[in-house]
Parts: sequence; structure tokens; C-alpha cells
Amino acid sequence: MAIIFSKKPGLVIYFTAGDPDLATAREMALAAIDNGADVIELGVPFSDPLADGPVIQRASERAVARGTRLADVLVICKEIRAARPAAGIILFSYLNPVLRFGMEAFAKAAKDAGADGVLLTDMIVEEADEYLKLMHEHGLAPVFLAAPTSPDARLKAIAENSQGFVYAISRVGITGTQTELAGDAKGLVERLRKFTKLPIALGFGVSTPEHVRAVGEFADAAVVGSAIVALIEKTPAEEAPRAVGDFVRNLCGGVKTV
Amino acid sequence: MAALLELDQEYAEAQADPAFHAELDGLLKDYCGRPTPLYFAKRLTETLGGAKIYLKREDLLHTGAHKINNALGQVMLARRMGKKRIIAETGAGQHGVATATVCALFGLECVVYMGEEDMRRQELNVFRMRLLGAEVRGVNSGSATLKDAINEAMRDWVTNVRTTFYILGSALGSHPYPTMVRDFQRVISKEMKRQILEHEGRLPDVIVACVGGGSNAIGAFYEFLPDANVALIGVEAGGRGMALGEHAARFAPNGGGVPGVLQGTYSYVLQDAAGQIAATHSVSAGLDYASVGPEHAMLHDSGRATYTSATDDEALEATKVLSRTEGIIPALESAHAIAEAIKLAPKMGKDKIMVVNVSGRGDKDIGILTRELDLGGETASSR
Repeated sequence: MAIIFSKKPGLVIYFTAGDPDLATAREMALAAIDNGADVIELGVPFSDPLADGPVIQRASERAVARGTRLADVLVICKEIRAARPAAGIILFSYLNPVLRFGMEAFAKAAKDAGADGVLLTDMIVEEADEYLKLMHEHGLAPVFLAAPTSPDARLKAIAENSQGFVYAISRVGITGTQTELAGDAKGLVERLRKFTKLPIALGFGVSTPEHVRAVGEFADAAVVGSAIVALIEKTPAEEAPRAVGDFVRNLCGGVKTV
Repeated sequence: MAALLELDQEYAEAQADPAFHAELDGLLKDYCGRPTPLYFAKRLTETLGGAKIYLKREDLLHTGAHKINNALGQVMLARRMGKKRIIAETGAGQHGVATATVCALFGLECVVYMGEEDMRRQELNVFRMRLLGAEVRGVNSGSATLKDAINEAMRDWVTNVRTTFYILGSALGSHPYPTMVRDFQRVISKEMKRQILEHEGRLPDVIVACVGGGSNAIGAFYEFLPDANVALIGVEAGGRGMALGEHAARFAPNGGGVPGVLQGTYSYVLQDAAGQIAATHSVSAGLDYASVGPEHAMLHDSGRATYTSATDDEALEATKVLSRTEGIIPALESAHAIAEAIKLAPKMGKDKIMVVNVSGRGDKDIGILTRELDLGGETASSR
């Protein structure tokens, strides 16, 4: 029950909870953990996923339409925690569902559900005082996103206020797969290193074992999201956990055990 | 975030630069046609039998609505910043047309995001934008209206942030946008104040404006904020009724609007009990949005302004009333403000003064009006 990257790079696996359904999402999380994921990011579906590309937008829309809400995601978080005590689990959400739940109630519920940390996409470090206080009080790791366009002063604030790991965005823009890793990525990771000893995970556009290997040359972990969500989209629900497990094991082909 | 900080800084520098204001004021006058008239609506006043009603004629501006005030200001900022590509969102299409217009004026590339539902109901404006050389990109996610167009414009902006300037059309989004849009629309109330003093020698008792995101309303209210005796009334879209999904009245008690964060703004947001953003409905595309400018939220909470709503039917009826009493066909958005005037003016004494901001003209709505208003067979004598 901690965010520990046992490999170089570690693997963070994102998917939208509730797509295709909650029970399948739980099984997919277990399959991903059993096949090499260090950290699972459980995405809370949201009606307006501003930072996401078309793949995660569609998954979010399907999950919202099925009625999946933050409270439901907390339930499967707790089930995943019970089944895999050692895995890292991050709750990934847009801000509004958390505000509506109540920030303090959410922090308590997330801790009760066994989450290690929280990533709120549209929570900016400049406005995060109360959120950070509650995360600290409840022993949850706040993870912030760092973009290549951020000046050093902002990267410093992001690095200093993150716990668990810092999530570096490989390129400007929204989530989604691409054929090659952006040239921006390495420079951003190097700039972040000046401000933190935390592991640095690189995401946005990481989708193949080759990408994962390339990320391992300069960052501590790779975040894979849209590629998994796209796989889930085209796989029947009953086959999805196995397909996700196979995909994650294949990604580990780009990983060397430390 | 870095781009917002850069924009904030550039905007502060522009605000302090007399040359920036001189160029903007010159274009507002010679290109857009400012100042717009403040017109005493004699027949409307007589018909309603109460307060004296003045109309602020933003509908007479170039491109047909107040949106050009802000589009022009922001495009000048884009030029200062050396950005060659402009993007915008649009609901009713008036902001899209205004942005396409200023891009044509300065020879800049222009991409406008518009919900496909809005493209269908504001077809004329889609054609105008294309004629002006803009690319109109349809958005079919969510409810395919203004909110979804803003999502897509923001996604474009974060992806192309180094080369692209996002001209946001409403008093929404992350800082500095709401402040910037308000400042560029403030000219409405500046002129209004001077003009009403010329006409009446005193300030009005009430100012009425429609509120979607809230740019025309904040522009019409702003100079009067210190004048406590001037009541400020914002009119939201009451749609087909108060059930969630049927309206866009964010401030209506029990309407489903509570404080939250949408698209980088903390304000009142129509949402379900779990914080998912609600669908909205209005006959007017420009008011059909789940949140509202944060400055309006502040004015609502402080009680300085009050917010009410007009239904689709009331707005359609108001369109007909203004057309036939004054020969002015208002935009369906502005018709919501007229609808409030129709309700309120008769309750006020004849010595009272009301100013209604006619934020745009109704030509763009002829398609909707043709479907919604049954004028067939009506003759002069049967009216």
C-alpha cells in the first residue's frame, strides 16, 4: 500500500472506471496489477473531460451515461485495495465531482477506500492550499501535472507540493496516443529533477513497449492511459481483464527489473 | 497555466499603453460604429404603460451584436503577442462571426468551434463565418452546444498554445479572461451613463440585460456598480421549465445551479447531485450554457444584481412585441431582456427609467423564428 516503482521505469496504468462497467473495471485493475502495473490510476468519469483526447472522452461519456459516479469509484477502489494490499492506487478526477462530494468528505472517503493518492486534473497548485491541507491530514499523496510550457518557478511549486510522484506531461496538449515520444519530454524531466527527489512519471502519448523503454532512459515511471482505454473500447467486457493483463505484460517488455 | 500568466502580463501592459487604447477606440468608432445609440422606445413604453424604456442599441454594431467589442480588443492583444493563429468558440455564432471578422481585418488564420446543434439552428452565422474566411469546426460531444464548443477550443489551445491565441467570447474561463472580457465590454455602460444623463439628466432606476456567460450584462452593469440606486437585473434562459436539463437559469432557486468548477471557472454550475455537469436548454443558443461568468456569481451573492429568467415562450413573444412596437427585431438572447422589461415596466411608475441592453439583432434567428412563431394569416387588422 504505497507508491513504489519496483522497476525502471515503473508502470502507471490509467483507465476510466465504469467503462465498460464497474465490475469489469475492478477485474481489469487486478489484471493490470498482477501483470506488472505498480500504480493504478482509477479515472472518475466526468461529463466534461477537458484535458482528455477523444478516446478517454468517449470512455468517460459511456461511463457517465451508465450512471457511474464518484461514490461508485470509491467502492471499487476499496475492493481493489482489499484484493491487492501492496498495489499503488491513485484516484484521478476532475475537480467538480470532488467539490460536490465535499473536499473533506472526499479526503476521508478516499483514505477509507484505501487510495494512496489523488490527482485532480484541474486543481492548480496556485489554488490548492485547502486541498493540500486535507490531503496531508488524511495521509494521501497529492499528485500534480507538470507541463513543458511551465516556467521553472511553477515547476518548483508543483514538485514541492506533490507527493508519491510528479506527473510530467510529455508534450503540450491533451491525452491520446501518438507514434513517437515528444522531444519536449526529456528536457522537462531534467528541469523537474532540479526541484525534487520524488520519482517522475511521464505520461500523455506513451502507448507501446518501445515508448516505455525510451521513458525508462530518463524518467522513473511511464503512465499509459489512452492506449489501454482504446483497447477496452474494442474488447468485449468479458475478455477485457485478460486483454488488459496481456497488454500490460507486453508493456513490461520495455521494462528492466531493478 | 503558463499561457494564462503570459496573457495576464501582456494584458496588463496593453492596458497601461495609451497607443493600445488609441488604436482600439479608433477601430471601435470607425470600423464598428461606436458609440451605439441609446434610444427612447416611445411606443413600447406607451404599450406597457409604466417606466420609460430606453434601448441600448448594441444590435446596430458592425456584425450585429456586442461581441465585436471584445473580439477586437483580444485580437489586438494577439497581434501584440505575435500569435498568427486565432481560435474561438461560439454559441449563437455572434462571437464566431465577430472573431472571423477581426481575423479578416488583420489577415489572421481563424478556427471557430461550434456545437453541431448550434450550427444547425444558427446556420446563417455558420455561412457568414465561412464567407469571412474562417474554418468552422463542428463539435458533437456532450449536448453539442456552447459548453462543448468551449471544451474543444480549450483542447485546441492547450495543444497549440505556442502559436495560438484563444479569443474567448464570454466573461468566462480562467483568469484573466473574465476580467479582460468585462473590460472590453465596459464601453457599453460607459456610453450608457453619458447618454442617459444627456437624455434625462439623471441615472436610470433599472438596467436589464440577458445573461448567458454574461458578457453583455457585465458590460452594461459595470459602470453602474457604485451607483446603489440603479437596480441591475440579469435575465437567464428559463427554457421550457425548471426541471434540470430544461433551462439555463443557473441562479434560479431549486434550478440545480450550485457553486462548482467548469472550464477553469468557479461559479454557479448546473449539475447533478454527484457533480456531473447538466445538459441545458434554451431556444437561444447564446444563453444555453451550464455555468455563468464568475463576476455575476459575485454580484448575485452580494445582492448588488438580481437574476431572473424568461422562458422560451416569453422570449419569443417579446421578439414579436419589440418588432411590432419599435420596428426592431432583437436577437433571441436579447429578447429575454425585453421579456423582463415587459413584465417589470408596467409595475413601475411613469416617472421611472429603465434601460434595456439590446445585445444583438435577430436576423440570425429567422430560421428558428420561422419554425417557432406562427404568423401565417395574420394581417394588420388582426394584430
